Amino acid sequence: MIVQDMMNKKPITAESHTTIKEAFILLRHHHIRHLPIVDSAKQLLGIVSDRDLRDASPSIFDGEDHQAAFERSLSEVMKKDVISAHPLDFVEDTLSTFYDQQIGCLPVVEHGRLVGVITERDMLHTLIQLTGAHQPSSHLEIRVENIAGKLADVANHIKKYKININSVLVYPSNDEEAYKIIVLRINTMNPLRIANDLRAHGYDVLWPQEAELSQ
Amino acid sequence: MTKPAFIYSTDMLNYKFSDGHPFNQLRVKLTYDLLSASGLLSNEQIIAPRIATDQEIALIHDVSYIEAVKKAGAGTLNEAVAANHGLGTEDTPIFPRMHEASALITGATLTACDLVMEGKATYAFNPSGGLHHGFRGKASGFCIYNDSAVAIEYLKRNYGVKVLYVDTDAHHGDGVQWAFYEDERVCTLSLHETGRYLFPGTGSVMEKGQGDGYGYSFNIPVDAFTEDESWLQLYTTSLQEVMDYFQPDVIMTQNGADAHYFDPLTHLSVTMDTYKAVPKLAKALADRYCQGRWIATGGGGYDIWRVVPRAWSYIWAVMNEQAPTGNLPIEWLQTWQKEAPVQLVTTWEDAPGMYKPIPRKQEITDKNNLTLEKALFHIRPYHKKT
Ligand SMILES: [Zn+2]
Repeated sequence: MIVQDMMNKKPITAESHTTIKEAFILLRHHHIRHLPIVDSAKQLLGIVSDRDLRDASPSIFDGEDHQAAFERSLSEVMKKDVISAHPLDFVEDTLSTFYDQQIGCLPVVEHGRLVGVITERDMLHTLIQLTGAHQPSSHLEIRVENIAGKLADVANHIKKYKININSVLVYPSNDEEAYKIIVLRINTMNPLRIANDLRAHGYDVLWPQEAELSQ
Repeated sequence: MTKPAFIYSTDMLNYKFSDGHPFNQLRVKLTYDLLSASGLLSNEQIIAPRIATDQEIALIHDVSYIEAVKKAGAGTLNEAVAANHGLGTEDTPIFPRMHEASALITGATLTACDLVMEGKATYAFNPSGGLHHGFRGKASGFCIYNDSAVAIEYLKRNYGVKVLYVDTDAHHGDGVQWAFYEDERVCTLSLHETGRYLFPGTGSVMEKGQGDGYGYSFNIPVDAFTEDESWLQLYTTSLQEVMDYFQPDVIMTQNGADAHYFDPLTHLSVTMDTYKAVPKLAKALADRYCQGRWIATGGGGYDIWRVVPRAWSYIWAVMNEQAPTGNLPIEWLQTWQKEAPVQLVTTWEDAPGMYKPIPRKQEITDKNNLTLEKALFHIRPYHKKT
């Protein structure tokens, strides 16, 4: 998956002469927390977050005479060294950018022009899709030896049942390096038959658990 | 004097995927038999279901899907088209005359609606219905046509009423929720085991509706191993508050009995105490808010011997203001013990100590209470805009 598949292609933007007051209204009206600032050629000049705006606003203790601060323009308060993404960046790389830089929003820039934004929220939505939990399915979790071909073996068992696999996650087992955990969301309400079949073939099925009372 | 109606016909058993499939409508007959043997069901209260017309089914489902189901049942549907509609899968295998069998179940729920809305019955119960996973164009989770969704749309159009749908099946009532997700005239409340492990995976507390329907979908996903006390606490609080907020004209309950400890497909730990209390509150609130307009359906339930017949009999008993207790009728036990692969439970109530104490009980209860708060947050008084 790449950034352009999940970015917002029509982001709300501001200009450098937009005031702090106007920016607050934009954020509230569109339920967003970040505003990229562009010039008339869509060149990215900077970005402000709701936090930057609050920091630049007068405190309630300052009284009437400080209200002029709300009329300052964004060019005075925006961040100018903006971290941005490219539409063809891989989502995996973008995820680590969010994590390492502790940011909530990435402007997406192509040929110097702003073409979209992608937020932490968009990334979380992508994660939900990757885990397959948005489509009717059950969770199946298996601990396998960390050797080639194990995922294919498991998939082959499932294939016999004509059950679609909605998603696959493979990650190292917590305890030992010699094992991996395979987590699948499979398109069935009854994962028990597959689980029992896998157990009968020697697999360590972590979920669904073995029924205490067999029928 | 009008009485409750029990919608029943042995044709309901024609909804049968295959031997060994977990969904087994023999449970409907087992319930009917248990009620008859207990003297709780009289002949004049039994109403035969009608068959839903194609137009009625199309209130919710795509015409192309209905055509596919018909062809599948006639054995003339090609495999690729079938797969597109979720037919011929492990969960919903193709079986002869599957359209007719499904249309009868949908018709049974419509029959229940008409009886209640026309004042010909006080309450009505269709034990064969509650197939809440069916989607517009796709079979899912053992459900072909979504009789609950069809009936709600039917109630809206034909009687102009506001409907509250209450789903206490262990699985999220996804098909019904998505059908009315943007509709402010239909409110859905689903209490279920969290979808983190269990099918279908949706039903998070943050699913609250969309557009005009925002705030009219309620989801209370509970932790695995939740017991009666916590389950009933969440059910009672949420149903009372949602009733008060939405003020429905009619209430439809989906009474899946698969949250029981014995159920093989789920991981909750509720007992008959829950199945005794759930319809009681539904009735009391229907009486208070909806002039008694209450339609009940069955739903999931995969321990068809030890759980479903007793759980569903309670619904009917409550409708008739009866409270069966003590031993089950000996003739029912004798007849069905011969067929059952498990030892039948011989009393209406479950014996105490049925399962080992749950070590994480307090943690689960606390977590469930937090979920309840999140689910009801937007309708609680301190949050309402002044
Ligand atoms: Zn269920």
